[in-house]
Amino acid sequence: MSISRLFAIIKKEFTQIKRDKPSLVISIVMPLAMLFLFGYAVSTEVDHIPMAVFDQSKTQESRDFINAYRNSLYFNPDYYVDNIDELNNLLDTGIVKAGLIIPPDFSQYKNKMTNVLLKIDGSDPTTARTALSSGIMVSQHFSNKNTEEELSKKGMHIPNIGIDLSTKVEYNPDLNTLTFTIPGLLGLVMQNITIILTAFALVREKEKGTMEQLIVTPIKSVELMIGKLIPYILIGYTDFLMVLALSIYWFCVPVNGSIFLLLLLGFDFIICALAIGMLISTAAKTQTQAMQGAFMVLLPTIILSGFIFPREQMPSVIRAISDVIPLTYFLDILRGIIIKGVNANLLLNQIIVMTSMGFALLLIAVLRFRKRLD
Amino acid sequence: MDYVIELKDLTKRFGNITAVDKLSIKVPSGKIFGLLGPNGSGKSTTIRMICGIIKPTSGHGTVMGFDIVKESEKIKKSIGYMSQKFSLYEDLTVKENMDFYSSIYGLDKKERTERERIIIDMMELHDRENQIVSTLSGGWKQRLSLGCALLHNPKFIILDEPTSGVDPVSRRLFWNTIKKLTSEGLSVLVTTHYMEEAQESDFVAFMFNGHLLTFGTPSEIIKENNSNNLEDVFIKYVNEHGGMDKL
Ligand SMILES: Nc1ncnc2c1ncn2[C@@H]1O[C@H](COP(=O)(O)OP(=O)(O)O)[C@@H](O)[C@H]1O
Ligand SMILES: [Mg+2]
Repeated sequence: MSISRLFAIIKKEFTQIKRDKPSLVISIVMPLAMLFLFGYAVSTEVDHIPMAVFDQSKTQESRDFINAYRNSLYFNPDYYVDNIDELNNLLDTGIVKAGLIIPPDFSQYKNKMTNVLLKIDGSDPTTARTALSSGIMVSQHFSNKNTEEELSKKGMHIPNIGIDLSTKVEYNPDLNTLTFTIPGLLGLVMQNITIILTAFALVREKEKGTMEQLIVTPIKSVELMIGKLIPYILIGYTDFLMVLALSIYWFCVPVNGSIFLLLLLGFDFIICALAIGMLISTAAKTQTQAMQGAFMVLLPTIILSGFIFPREQMPSVIRAISDVIPLTYFLDILRGIIIKGVNANLLLNQIIVMTSMGFALLLIAVLRFRKRLD
Repeated sequence: MDYVIELKDLTKRFGNITAVDKLSIKVPSGKIFGLLGPNGSGKSTTIRMICGIIKPTSGHGTVMGFDIVKESEKIKKSIGYMSQKFSLYEDLTVKENMDFYSSIYGLDKKERTERERIIIDMMELHDRENQIVSTLSGGWKQRLSLGCALLHNPKFIILDEPTSGVDPVSRRLFWNTIKKLTSEGLSVLVTTHYMEEAQESDFVAFMFNGHLLTFGTPSEIIKENNSNNLEDVFIKYVNEHGGMDKL
């Protein structure tokens, strides 16, 4: 293998990337766009749910009750209405996602059973689920607290028995969605950029006909292949570092485990992505086909790898598919190191599977990557 | 006699199309060899087998004594190839393309500077060194292609329709260059549609539908066919064999 030939290819490849807008966009703009889009938009946290209130009681008690909703921060009871139709209308138009209907005799709640109705817009299950559980929580808390007070005023008290459940959330105590999403994004960005750029770069020579000229030179397949891949390893890895820095310093998601291990396994994963990109390029004749191929591979990985939907809830067939996606393992690794701060021992399974997949894919890709055109 | 190309029953099929059918030919070294024939007659396919771009379906061939299948890596070191379709990098400059190919051919820095200067003089590419190739017109692109094919001092150059769509000035320059190179001992294989050009070859061969119809010096062939020039011979062949093949 000739080092100067290798350098010639690397240099040429970088010059081409520099002059090719789509490549530049994919390598610089896409990781940032993905990070900020997913970082901000795909937050599944729901709070400040707009809520309409039909307060038929209009007493201090009912106002306290509404305030309890507001203070929970889950609801914004900003729409006061005078009849049920108005409330339904607000729900129908989607201006509010919840409606609280307080009966005229609400102030009597300490003496008799009082029915309050919380109507919820169920079209978005995530919002609805939050509204439902926090609504129940708020009113139960309100009711318990105030009825207890009333009882003790009357000289009675509830004996201190029963179950008191204490909870402690590990790893991500605030249940911050960003803490969960960002490490996954790191893997996704790296995968997408590397696969797309690699597939493009290798197909480009075929499509433009420049391969024909290269084939008649004494260049060896390995030199061509390695020379063409090194730039994309560098770009993919730089993007990884860039997104990692932004997650730590911008999104404040610290790395709890070993950063060295993270960097090492990041490189491991790049090899997987690179091999997938190469495989796509061996099947495609044009850049358009490569693009289609890349999306056919990328889309399932986004949905199945556990990046968005938890794998635990997938039907077994779908789960079996997700088992052969390298990103699945890398996400476990990323979340393990960044969020849980675990060491390599606990991730050994994932590391072994991912590394073996990388080598297997690379081997197939290299064998298929032929210097000859036919 | 020393032969630069020796082909024996060389055949290439693409599916059910036989692009080259049992081609046998011996071409002497140090000469200009013009491979002629209408579009689709199998000229490019023959050339691509010779260069090791595609493998023959059957038959044998050697180039400068090396087997075109088993020793194509050896052949590649000493041939210069200019394909029918422009195949240098459109998004690089003239100079960057030259730098790239000289490095690929393993020229060291000193050789590279020297060879590039010679080629730029030869192809009159001064002032265009830093121009992006996609902005060059057809004639200039072809000059660069020929230039890059000559960078590594090949002993045999193979030019597939180098002058199609090229201005008369560049075309003149091409043929002068080719002649000068053969006078220095290089062998040249060139395909062309222009019969007045073909006349300048030392040997020509006519191909039709993958078959070799005739091989010889232009004057021999003209005499054999009782014609005035190669153009008449060409038209005569196409009429005879085109008619036959329609059956
Ligand atoms: N890669 C290929 N796949 C299928 N058919 C091909 C291929 N290359 C050439 N052919 C066919 O082989 C025949 C000879 O083509 P070619 O060698 O390009 O002719 P020429 O160079 O004389 O114009 C044509 O019928 C062409 O369509
Ligand atoms: Mg041709």
